Amino acid sequence: MSARASLIVASLVLGAALAISPACAERLIVSVSNHRVTVTPNYSGEELVLFGSVEKDAQTPAGRNNYDLVVTVSGPRADMVTRRKERKFGIWINTDSRQFLKVPTYLALFSNRPFDAIASPEVQRRQQLGLNNVLLTQRVGPDFADVVPNDPFRSAFVRLRTQHGLYREEQSAVTFLTPTLFRTGIPLPGEVPIGTYDVEIKLFADGTLVTRTETAFEIVKVGFEQFIANAAHNNGFAYGLVTAFMALMTGWMASIVFRKD
Amino acid sequence: MQLYLPIADIPVNVFLILAMGAAVGFVSGMFGIGGGFLMTPLLIFVGIAPAVAVASVASHIAASSFSGAISYWRRRSIDPILALVLLTGGTVGTALGVWTFTLLRSLGQLDLLIATSYVILLTTVGGLMFWEGLRALLRTRRGGAATIRRPGSHGWIHGLPLKMRFKRSKIYLSVIPVVVIGLIIGFIGAVMGIGGGFILVPLMIYVLRVPTSTVVGTSMVLTLVTMIFATLLHAVTNHLVDAVLALILMIGGVTGAQFGARAGQKIRGEHLRLLLGLLVLAVGIRFAVELVIRPADLFTIRETGGGV
Repeated sequence: MSARASLIVASLVLGAALAISPACAERLIVSVSNHRVTVTPNYSGEELVLFGSVEKDAQTPAGRNNYDLVVTVSGPRADMVTRRKERKFGIWINTDSRQFLKVPTYLALFSNRPFDAIASPEVQRRQQLGLNNVLLTQRVGPDFADVVPNDPFRSAFVRLRTQHGLYREEQSAVTFLTPTLFRTGIPLPGEVPIGTYDVEIKLFADGTLVTRTETAFEIVKVGFEQFIANAAHNNGFAYGLVTAFMALMTGWMASIVFRKD
Repeated sequence: MQLYLPIADIPVNVFLILAMGAAVGFVSGMFGIGGGFLMTPLLIFVGIAPAVAVASVASHIAASSFSGAISYWRRRSIDPILALVLLTGGTVGTALGVWTFTLLRSLGQLDLLIATSYVILLTTVGGLMFWEGLRALLRTRRGGAATIRRPGSHGWIHGLPLKMRFKRSKIYLSVIPVVVIGLIIGFIGAVMGIGGGFILVPLMIYVLRVPTSTVVGTSMVLTLVTMIFATLLHAVTNHLVDAVLALILMIGGVTGAQFGARAGQKIRGEHLRLLLGLLVLAVGIRFAVELVIRPADLFTIRETGGGV
């Protein structure tokens, strides 16, 4: 592609962007207190703060201040299986199971007031507001689909993740400091998975979505933790040898320290 | 004091893990067993994934059995030839065990297998030991000789070919049952994350008729080598050995074991066997109860990989 052609493409894209922007009367500016959470030996969970403001421009209807905000934080995705125990031959064993495909390992939804007050059930479903409306793809036979919120496997899955603090829904966690300035905390428990976390912020007014924006942060192992995890994965044999040697040394030291002479 | 474990991926309380290591170490030093059958369930209870617990406990058992083996070696109560023959079986068994472990983990039935094998093994072995200990105790009460039943009857085990002389144990025995026992112990150890000492000791006493003087020391050598081998294999195939967790367990374990060994020397042999039988039986029954009563939550979640 020549330089001229790419220039034309670029100007077309720019033109399209400009054409759309007047429709969005508001703009969201957000930031997370820490974009890189480091896991060190004394890591036992952390709380991030997301703050931001609603920027109005000339197109904003005058006097519009009744904003609602929904923040969705989703952690690295993974396949998970939910199993149900049943009594077979007198013992409780796993029988039925459902596979959840590429579902977030961490999922948090925060809003400034109950979802029912923010938007109609139809909008809630379309915008995936609340744990009941978030898409959790299951393998149902040959198909992939989400099921009704009260499906026993789905609700058990959400309930168990919630018990571990890995799924959460708080309908009053977002606070508006001024009509346009907001903040919310993102609690991360100790057993939170390592990886990239996407944060999606949706702004509602009068029951409809006004605008949205995205940001992200990552949780990474650093230093010692990273060294051990990398060694275990990339140099399994050397890692095993060192661990075995460590076991022998500890045993030998003990027999010397406690030797009765 | 909280410490984040790099492989298990959760923060744990160091003093809690140290205390668990010391408590299990005390028991293992007292009875001359590895103690893995107590350690693995405890770790799972604290919230560590079963697969990580099994893989890490292997190195912990290696440490405590090495410190035990050194002191038994000084007292010349290890039969090196017998240990070597047991090991040939043990090595093959461990490799098979780690392979089975990996296979079952992918099938998602690992928990059930671990739970049911615990129940079967522990209740059987515990029950037998308890029964035997009780009978020995009653015999001494009645004033009879408290010797372990060693009738001159040479069963079919002693009729097998490939006989060999084990000098330090002063026995003349076929290699076949020795290798088979080593194989079974290696397999069980790798799959269940236990050293297998509590099964090996009775097998050596009652099946192979090895004299008590060399039983515990020799079984420790076998435990040591199979557990080192298991650590290596788990590290290579599953990448689930948590070295930090293992180190904390080792330090607690070897310390506890020394005090346990001293306590064990003050207790009479039959009492010791009776107590060990009770302990093994109790753990087995606990697992059985868990399988039989309705669990508090019927649902469980397990990550099956396929991440981003």
